Amino acid sequence: MSHTLDVAYVAELARLELSPDEKRTFQLQLETIVNYVEKIGELDLAGIEPTLHGQALVNVFREDVVVPSLDRECVLANAPERNGFEFKLPKIVEDA
Amino acid sequence: MDISTLTICDAAAELRKKTFSSVELTQAVLDAINKKDADLNAYLSVDAEGALLQAEAADAARSAGRDGDLLGIPVAVKDLINVAGQPCTCASKQLVGYVSPYDATVSAKLRQAGVVFAGRTNMDEFAMGSSTENSAFKVTRNPHDLTRVPGGSSGGSAAAVAGGEAIAALGTDTGGSIRQPASFCGCVGLKPSYGRVSRYGVTAFASSLDQVGPMTKTVEDAAVLLQALAGRDAHDGTTPDVPVPDYRAALRGGLKGMKIGLPKEYYIGGADHEVMACVRKAVDACAAAGAEIVEVSLPHTEYAIAVYYIVATAEASANLARFDGVRYGHRTANPGSVFDLYAKSRAEGLGTEVKRRIILGTYVLSSGYYDAYYGRAQKVRTLIRKDFAEAFKTCDALLTPVAPTAAYRIGEACDDPLKMYLGDIFTVPANLAGLCGISVPCGQTAAGLPVGMQLLGPAFGEGSILRAAYAYEQGVRA
Repeated sequence: MSHTLDVAYVAELARLELSPDEKRTFQLQLETIVNYVEKIGELDLAGIEPTLHGQALVNVFREDVVVPSLDRECVLANAPERNGFEFKLPKIVEDA
Repeated sequence: MDISTLTICDAAAELRKKTFSSVELTQAVLDAINKKDADLNAYLSVDAEGALLQAEAADAARSAGRDGDLLGIPVAVKDLINVAGQPCTCASKQLVGYVSPYDATVSAKLRQAGVVFAGRTNMDEFAMGSSTENSAFKVTRNPHDLTRVPGGSSGGSAAAVAGGEAIAALGTDTGGSIRQPASFCGCVGLKPSYGRVSRYGVTAFASSLDQVGPMTKTVEDAAVLLQALAGRDAHDGTTPDVPVPDYRAALRGGLKGMKIGLPKEYYIGGADHEVMACVRKAVDACAAAGAEIVEVSLPHTEYAIAVYYIVATAEASANLARFDGVRYGHRTANPGSVFDLYAKSRAEGLGTEVKRRIILGTYVLSSGYYDAYYGRAQKVRTLIRKDFAEAFKTCDALLTPVAPTAAYRIGEACDDPLKMYLGDIFTVPANLAGLCGISVPCGQTAAGLPVGMQLLGPAFGEGSILRAAYAYEQGVRA
């Protein structure tokens, strides 16, 4: 597993702005950590099934019934900016 | 009333005898917090008014003939579990001002049982850390030595219970975050099996690993709290319909006839010699009490930390994408674009360790690396799970150290994240394999710092580890 960890690029994928200082520190620290976790490369994993989580459950279904949901006002009370019953955001789609 | 050694079971007995009311008990907890929390910093917020109202309601219910082990008992809650009407900051600046619009399932269950929600405890931000030093708000101190950490990430809950500021508390455990602070502070901490307790309404860190569990003064209290928390929840698809046994009844079997396994990989070097001396003494005590001690092997132990920090960060990077400044939480001022709103709100709201893990998790999931990291890690996880399955063929429970050291000094381990991560070696395998585990005090170092031992059981084997832990605890006391 050869890797090229570019913290600035990954931060963009993560929608996370980093200061130049954070970029420098993380670059060094994360290279050390990535080198460490690469020890799983030593193992022969041919034919081994992945474990997705702690229990062997698959496809848990429920009836699709309407049940009461959270109170709208109560939920919107936490909104940083709102417009009536909507969350307000900067413009996403440009005018045609 | 002194609540420092007061247990759930003792308090319930006194409430039944009307020695004191829930209002008086709750007031005693609030008084203890007022008196001690300036030193310990265990709590992030206290809801005195709400708690006293809940206590009044519990007293009224009791007068009307209702009874219950938890009726009128104050329980502290780690600040990432939603309790309707209370803050839920996850110890992050990102969530300052957020008020929970609903109860987590565990909160609803405890509310139903008559629990009083007195306050919310400090933690590593979004449960990422092992010392509670990653809280954005305050550094919690170890009640046994104020210059030392309480462990983490449920450090506030552990310090509150061990420091006499709570009767019991809830914590969460993704890689040891209940068991390790319990060990550092000298209380009991139980991580239930994956799926045993619902996570609905509990801020997600790593969804394939997270569990909620009790932090208490005694093993019996842990059984009582687990009883109230456990079971299938329609809101959390990972909770299977496995019957919930009577955990208190399970305590009574004794160690005689139990087979306790010692994984040899956990006993070869690495851990502090004082810690190991305490753990070995606990092994001897279990043998003296009639347990058969057998050696077992968990050959893939050395890969557990690597697997954990791939799986946990990958899942965290996805889970924490919700903290984007759109619907709740911190939003940057005057964002120029939606991208800016996300990137700057997160930059301002999240702390260093959280950012570090988001970057690592995003990287291991990114195009071209997914198979090499997350994909491989999940396969190694299978090997780790099989190691345990093999071990449990020859024993009922495993006995191991909880952490390689006792509580370290505040500031001591902060600079080197990898070093910090390696401290989780004895606890993360249980999360990766979906097992249950309990940390029980088993002695102290020459400097007077508590040391815990860990008992691990198979998935949904809480009864076995509670039984062994209880027998050990009773033996030590006798």
